[in-house]
Amino acid sequence: MNFRTVAELVEVAESENLSISEVMIRKEMKDFNKPREEIMRQMAENLDVMEEAIHRGLNEEVASQSGLSGGDAQRIRKYMKEADVLLSGADVLDAVSRSMAVSEINAAMGTIVATPTAGACGILPGCVFTAADRLGSDRETMVRALFVSGAIGYCVANNAFISGAAGGCQAEVGSATAMSAAAVVEMAGGTPSMSAEAVAIALKNMLGLVCDPVAGLVEAPCVKRNAMGGSIAMVAADMAMAGVKSVIPTDEVIGAMFRIGRDMPTSLKETALGGLAATPTGRAEERRIFGKSEK
Amino acid sequence: MKYRSVFDIIGPVMIGPSSSHTAGAARIGRAARSLFGRKPSRVTVTFYGSFAKTYRGHGTDIAIVGGVLDFDTHDRRIVQSLDIARREGVEVVFLESEEIPDHPNTARILLEDEAGSTEVTGISIGGGKMEIVELNGFELRLSGSSPALLIMHHDRYGAIANVAKVLAENRINVGYMQVSRKEKGSMALMIIETDQSVGDEIQNEISRLSEITGVTVLQ
Repeated sequence: MNFRTVAELVEVAESENLSISEVMIRKEMKDFNKPREEIMRQMAENLDVMEEAIHRGLNEEVASQSGLSGGDAQRIRKYMKEADVLLSGADVLDAVSRSMAVSEINAAMGTIVATPTAGACGILPGCVFTAADRLGSDRETMVRALFVSGAIGYCVANNAFISGAAGGCQAEVGSATAMSAAAVVEMAGGTPSMSAEAVAIALKNMLGLVCDPVAGLVEAPCVKRNAMGGSIAMVAADMAMAGVKSVIPTDEVIGAMFRIGRDMPTSLKETALGGLAATPTGRAEERRIFGKSEK
Repeated sequence: MKYRSVFDIIGPVMIGPSSSHTAGAARIGRAARSLFGRKPSRVTVTFYGSFAKTYRGHGTDIAIVGGVLDFDTHDRRIVQSLDIARREGVEVVFLESEEIPDHPNTARILLEDEAGSTEVTGISIGGGKMEIVELNGFELRLSGSSPALLIMHHDRYGAIANVAKVLAENRINVGYMQVSRKEKGSMALMIIETDQSVGDEIQNEISRLSEITGVTVLQ
């Protein structure tokens, strides 16, 4: 029950006629010598924290200390109720607003689950809860979805990276988007191969994305990148369910992400030295937030 | 494999905003606290790389201090840790280093009180995972693929045997072990990588042994 790459994960799952979530659960049981119930309970607790974060983000006044983020998730919800026509559709905006809600809670120093990081913590809850609404999924299916995304994240983290400081935003929001797409595919009844295709499709659309947070804070553009990550994950999942296949195999896409991240200059890896952070407005915000003491 | 558990990826549950700069930092602080073995009266934190540039905005400073106060990553008290430290009489100093570190998210923590001091260097590798790379001037070479016990102890006979006995009694197998010291009879460090997880009970049992001054488990 071991795997190091997405191809090996799919091979193990399909040869033994198991789901990706089941392979991940069995590997965790074996590697840590823990009973299934304990592992399932711990993941169910993570799901509870996610639900609470979504609820708070959509219903409470949320503002970060800097004032750079907060309130947009609720703004979208209000628009969804009042607008005559939703240009991208209610399903996409459901995922977008939930992803944003969790990301805004994170920026306001609320409690979240890092998936795989705090900077990208909105995408997986946004997608899993939206898909569960659409599919009428039970709680166990949702908990299993977290194991699917964990299995994909495990492969990405051990073959590339999952933090903006190490590989840019493609490694962070990109990985989370790919993990979420795979999770939603299993929720919808897709095969392990389809989950792997969803990973490739989602991640390819995040390649090259730099980590350039204004004032070094996990807010702008992070909250909106979580929102768009949620939408890309849902669309990638639909494409994979439709049978669309990536020309470049999933593990090679992950390898490409690794090399791109390695070649990315330090100024675009969470240092707030380049990109949006270095724009005139980005710099002005930085001075406003930190005052003159900040270099 | 740096990431071993599904909960390294889906987790930790934490106070935002950054898993590397907040949760990972809190874990480095908490590891430093458990290696020191008690609440310090003075903490000096030196930030390097990305930590030095962005620690204020990410709450890296309050997270490390929260860890030093023994708070977990999801403990709401982290947000108030600087005030709590002040109330509890823990003096806190932050320094920024221009030195280029091997890893962008590096922090060095010096914990002191009248009885002694411990210096810990940690790196936050992403997603809330961290590694301790240096302890009291001892460079650590951990594979990261197994749980590890870091034990500071007096360099006296029997210290190693006592620890080994506790592990054997708890059916924990040692995969790798390194013992080092600065000079004969001074402080020494045992690094033990194990095949099985080491729980709180075993950690407490080891910390109660004579000659042992601090124990940390890195899972």
